[in-house]
Amino acid sequence: MSVQLNSDGTLRHFLTTEALDPVLLHRILDTAESFSGVIGKSVKTVPLLRGRTVINLFFESSTRTRTTFELAAKRLSADVLNVNAETTTTKGESLRDMLHNLQAMQADMFVIRHAESGAAEYFAHHVNPGVAVINAGDGWHAHPTQAMLDAFTIRQHKGDFEPLRIAIVGDIRHSRVARSQIHALNGLGAGEVRVIAPNTLLPADVESLGVQVYNDLGAGLRDVDVVIALRLQRERMQGALLPGEAEYFRHYGLSEARLAPAHPEAIVMHPGPINRGVEIDSALADGPRSVILQQVTNGIAVRMAVMTMVLGVAPDHTREAS
Amino acid sequence: MTRIVIQGGRLIDPLSGLDEVGDLAIADGRIVHLGGRVSDFTPEQTIDATGHWVVPGLVDLAARLREPGGTRKADIASEARAAAAGGITTLVMPPDTVPVLDTPSVAELVTQRAERAAQARVVPLGALTQGLDGAQLPGMAALAAAGCPAVSDGGRPVRDGLVLRRALEYASTYDLPALLTPVDPDLAGGCMHEGPTATRLGLAGIPAAAETAGLGRQLGVAGATRARVHFGRLSSAAGIRLLASARREQPTLSADVAIHQLFLTDQDVVGYDSRFHVTPPLRDIVDREALRQAVASGEIPIICSDHQPHDRDAKNGPFASTEPGAAGLDTLLALIMRLVDENVLPLRRALAAVTVEPARLLGLESGRLAVGAVADIAVVAERAPWFCRADTLKSRGQNSPFLGWEFDSQVMHTLVEGRRVYDANPAD
Repeated sequence: MSVQLNSDGTLRHFLTTEALDPVLLHRILDTAESFSGVIGKSVKTVPLLRGRTVINLFFESSTRTRTTFELAAKRLSADVLNVNAETTTTKGESLRDMLHNLQAMQADMFVIRHAESGAAEYFAHHVNPGVAVINAGDGWHAHPTQAMLDAFTIRQHKGDFEPLRIAIVGDIRHSRVARSQIHALNGLGAGEVRVIAPNTLLPADVESLGVQVYNDLGAGLRDVDVVIALRLQRERMQGALLPGEAEYFRHYGLSEARLAPAHPEAIVMHPGPINRGVEIDSALADGPRSVILQQVTNGIAVRMAVMTMVLGVAPDHTREAS
Repeated sequence: MTRIVIQGGRLIDPLSGLDEVGDLAIADGRIVHLGGRVSDFTPEQTIDATGHWVVPGLVDLAARLREPGGTRKADIASEARAAAAGGITTLVMPPDTVPVLDTPSVAELVTQRAERAAQARVVPLGALTQGLDGAQLPGMAALAAAGCPAVSDGGRPVRDGLVLRRALEYASTYDLPALLTPVDPDLAGGCMHEGPTATRLGLAGIPAAAETAGLGRQLGVAGATRARVHFGRLSSAAGIRLLASARREQPTLSADVAIHQLFLTDQDVVGYDSRFHVTPPLRDIVDREALRQAVASGEIPIICSDHQPHDRDAKNGPFASTEPGAAGLDTLLALIMRLVDENVLPLRRALAAVTVEPARLLGLESGRLAVGAVADIAVVAERAPWFCRADTLKSRGQNSPFLGWEFDSQVMHTLVEGRRVYDANPAD
């Protein structure tokens, strides 16, 4: 039994999109759909998490993810505490001690980002019963809410996943976003998921994740409906992974012209923050194909959905529908 | 010294091939009678071994005891006691202690602590280079005189090819075997075997190439010397192939494998359980089968526990930030017997891999049953099931990857130089 599921198959934590039941993946999207209406209203809150305490525990810096988690929690009427854990760990406190201290403050949910793969699962193993853990990014392993907000955005624009060809371009090797996207999109039944990267940015046996692998951007983009660019971190220019940004942009940078082989209606996505002129050209990022800002907005609804589901207070759409 | 008869056991000696039910008598720390019924001998103590196996005490070629320098994790007395309870009578200790075992004084400290503990013997290995820094030679002749039967890189391969060559040449001057760690450290920066599982888990991988690149380079350098070179903890099918082809030119080359590599794979890391964080990493099922075959064929003649006890904090945290290593003294003998049960190895080969073979590599006189041989002996109940649990572990290291496993073989008595150092039921 996966640590993130209750015995009845519902979400207890949200740690990864890998091996999640398609029904559950769709339920996350449907629940998010119901919250996206709330966000547009003038009174933007619902009382589903009133009296609950959510602690954002970020061991790595983040603006967008932490802010949208905070907004999501506030729109659910939860009390939110942001802990900048980067400073506390430099004091030498162990992860376990920190967790126990924060639990003593009667938190109901931890939203955790940590530089190490498996960190969220580690916390999930150590929290008290009834306390939920949401993974806001662990190492290279998973960033499941990002993947679900991407899937949500794709569904908004393209509807059914089955006929879609989706290409993920860039640093797959070091990307928790890519891994979670691949698992989520395959779980949702996407027709084809491709990765496009130089071999130094592909993890070993990447095909085993269920993707088609391309080194050539033009070939990889042929007839795709969705293009997802990944952020390329500056530090990748060290350690003999890449020769430099200019050569990378020439071969893997996205622009309107490079997108010519893609489907004419193809949308362009990016989990942010964007390195303009490195992985994506400004004109494309700001142009009509780009849905990058919608991804940010959708992040709130998706995170509201997941937060209510792990605490067992999500509105039940399946019952309403029947 | 006590005169002891071990009565009616199945006497098994992997060197001579002896395998018969009979008596074994001990006087003055040595075996004075072996096989058949003992007569003309007045024992002070009798051990009834009916239905049990009487085998040479195990010689464990790689066991970290954490003393000096790491006594927060374990110490010589605690681990020598755990070894005795596991049927291990000799612990061979790598030199990566703090301070490094590169002077006679550290070797003597280890030997004295072990003598005071009066449990399993502890054999220290000298450092191949001063401080294991890969730059200067230590006083190897002095280390040998202080009781080090070999020198070792202690898990820190010498990067400079010329220094490695000189160190091997110098070691061979004093007939000291050199125990090397076949790894290219630059390729071994990850925390688990590189492959589909590491990719799924988002953990940095260590490719099998880290082993072959390191091994290939060391083989090349060793070929230019007369040194007796042994490679510790082989982990990959590719490494085995490389060694096998080199052995055709240099038959004195040898290697060992950690016992956990014969049972576990990278799949065990799913769930980020830090007990499966070991170096070299647990590799895939193809590698595991190749290791099993290499042990069966004798290509890898030695199996060790690669015992690395840790305190709880060292193993508590997200996988990559935990310290590598597994505690193995408690389960070495039980796992060896399991290899026999699973028909991986015939009994004689399995026992040789943990007795006479490591003893031969280091020129130790233990590891066999023979009249005149030193009485380092384990009496083993063959069908005595037990569960490996945290509270059954005798080592201070609770980081066993085999917690929850059920084993069949259990040590009943252990003797070191004719002295009873462990009895499963002290009332007997």
